[in-house]
Amino acid sequence: MTGTPAPRRIPYRLDRPLTSAVFSWEALLVAVAAAIFVANSLASPYFLDPWSLSDLTFNFTEKAIVAFAMALLIIAGEIDLSVAAIIALASTLMGMAVQAGVGTPGLVAIGLAAGLACGAFNGFLVTRLGLPSIVVTIGTMTLYRGIAFIILGDQAYKGYPESFAFFGQGYVWWVVSFELVLFTVFAVAYWVLLHRTSFGRRVFAIGNNPVAARFSGVRVERIKFVLFCLTGLMSGFAAVLITSRLGSTRPSIAQGYELEIITMVVLGGVNILGGSGSILGVVLAALIMGLVTFGLGLLNVPGIVMSIFVGLLLIVVIALPIIWRRVARVRVA
Amino acid sequence: MRGLLKYREAWLLLAIAVVIGLISTRFPAFARPGNLAQVFNDTSILMILALGQMAVILTRGIDLSMASNLCFTGMVAAMLNAAHPGIPIPMLIVIALAVGLALGAVNGLLVWRLNIPSIVVTLGTLTIYRGATFVLSGGAWVNADKMSPAFIGFQRAAFLGVPVLSWIAFGVIALFFVLMTRTPLGRSIHAAGVNPTAAVYTGIDVGRTQFLAFCISGMISGLCGYLWISRYVIASVEVANGYELNIIAACVIGGVSIAGGIGSVGGAVLGALFLGIIANALPVINISPFWQMAISGTAIILAVVLNARGERRQGRIILRKAEAT
Repeated sequence: MTGTPAPRRIPYRLDRPLTSAVFSWEALLVAVAAAIFVANSLASPYFLDPWSLSDLTFNFTEKAIVAFAMALLIIAGEIDLSVAAIIALASTLMGMAVQAGVGTPGLVAIGLAAGLACGAFNGFLVTRLGLPSIVVTIGTMTLYRGIAFIILGDQAYKGYPESFAFFGQGYVWWVVSFELVLFTVFAVAYWVLLHRTSFGRRVFAIGNNPVAARFSGVRVERIKFVLFCLTGLMSGFAAVLITSRLGSTRPSIAQGYELEIITMVVLGGVNILGGSGSILGVVLAALIMGLVTFGLGLLNVPGIVMSIFVGLLLIVVIALPIIWRRVARVRVA
Repeated sequence: MRGLLKYREAWLLLAIAVVIGLISTRFPAFARPGNLAQVFNDTSILMILALGQMAVILTRGIDLSMASNLCFTGMVAAMLNAAHPGIPIPMLIVIALAVGLALGAVNGLLVWRLNIPSIVVTLGTLTIYRGATFVLSGGAWVNADKMSPAFIGFQRAAFLGVPVLSWIAFGVIALFFVLMTRTPLGRSIHAAGVNPTAAVYTGIDVGRTQFLAFCISGMISGLCGYLWISRYVIASVEVANGYELNIIAACVIGGVSIAGGIGSVGGAVLGALFLGIIANALPVINISPFWQMAISGTAIILAVVLNARGERRQGRIILRKAEAT
């Protein structure tokens, strides 16, 4: 169970080098992605078209940028189920601002600030009051979306300025959308943050053993607070992108995204119990989920059936290495 | 009195009484026994589900797939009824229980045999079971006119002036009370959550206990699948979408600790009742139903804050000061 401040069992990982394990996980993901890519291009003649492939990226970019921050949070042993609700609330507030005549820069600022504030509130509840994050964020998830429902009811906000549409619909160069560029920038930034800075080392340290991390001088609570703020801020970014792409806001916007985002993170090889994971894995998982949903979409498979594949993928990809290791151990013995 | 207030059930009961009292100052009709009985009946399904979820949470697990399981079993029951109206309702309930049990056992086996964290397993099966409902039904709905009168009427029939649905809730509550406090399985479920290592040393198979807890939550979901469909008389892929979090919320408000090991049947029932009363009270006092979500959210957060105060461990935290700066 994540999010428990109490001491818990740390998975024993010394029987093989961590680097090789991470490598093999990502190798597996690459293989899966390649297989799906080939299957897609064989199954549909429309798949291997630059514009098709560009459309494909819209399937995952918005969720993936939240997944990066979520990956750090899960590695540190916490979780945030309220991300989709934050997107809904931030989008609703942006919609209110539009009615008040706020321009595009103001809208973006409001979206990001709302996300950051929601994340900070989660962080406050978890780190200052010492509450388990899984329950806190179930509560705030209901609260944030509840506020969106209070504001909007069964109405919808429309009338976003034309310049605002660029974030979710604009292209930077040829088929390269603004969303894809932002996704790439964040992927690199989070990779550097997690794998190349002392902050990232501390995140791993907290996830593996919060008590030992504290005794080593890591400010556990402060780092966790920052991670919650980051996750909120990324949800704010996602809110800007989705609102801009759809051009309207309903309180049910981004419903169920939290589970898809967590699926993405876990599929990317991040240990749900904390302590290990990589950004490259999350990027690959995002790609795989985008490929699966888009490819099945080209084959006219309904969205709900796609979700079966995503669910199966999640369980199979996690179960396979476990079964494999067991078989290998039996063979050695 | 002070001894009684130590129990969180007493606090919850007090909170519920205060809410009912406040509402009845303006709308005396709300506190009438007839209306309260109706609220209870309305909340029965949530109460039953919360008990199943509690069994899993007590063993340090979580079952996110309950609502999807409910949706699938409900669809199975509705389609069976539409195709063979002759199947007696008790038989149909047994089938629903069996289907729910099978789905729960899949969760349990993955957690027990492969050691995958339950949140990951049930996150996966959450989408799989709901997707399977679509595959099973082909996206079609089963409407009231395709269901037999017995199918719809069974839970509405009154026995001793109380609807059968309420009797089922009473029965399940009593069963859980006996199961949790008077049987070896109930003890193992608590023990596996309080301290799994110690549980192993006392001869409890923690993995198997978790498996059985998932079987229980699966059966409960199956039962509620039939109850839900026959209550709202429509079976579709959208049934109980997102309801898994309401179930967990009921448990949390009822004082079931998400870290496992702490929780009581009375707490889970009262937690569900609290949510049910709020849902039923809002239209009465003329508050837009759109407020309901925000109010439940606030209730959950407050409940978590209060829970944490009650169950904070007495261990020493060194360097706390340095941490706070």
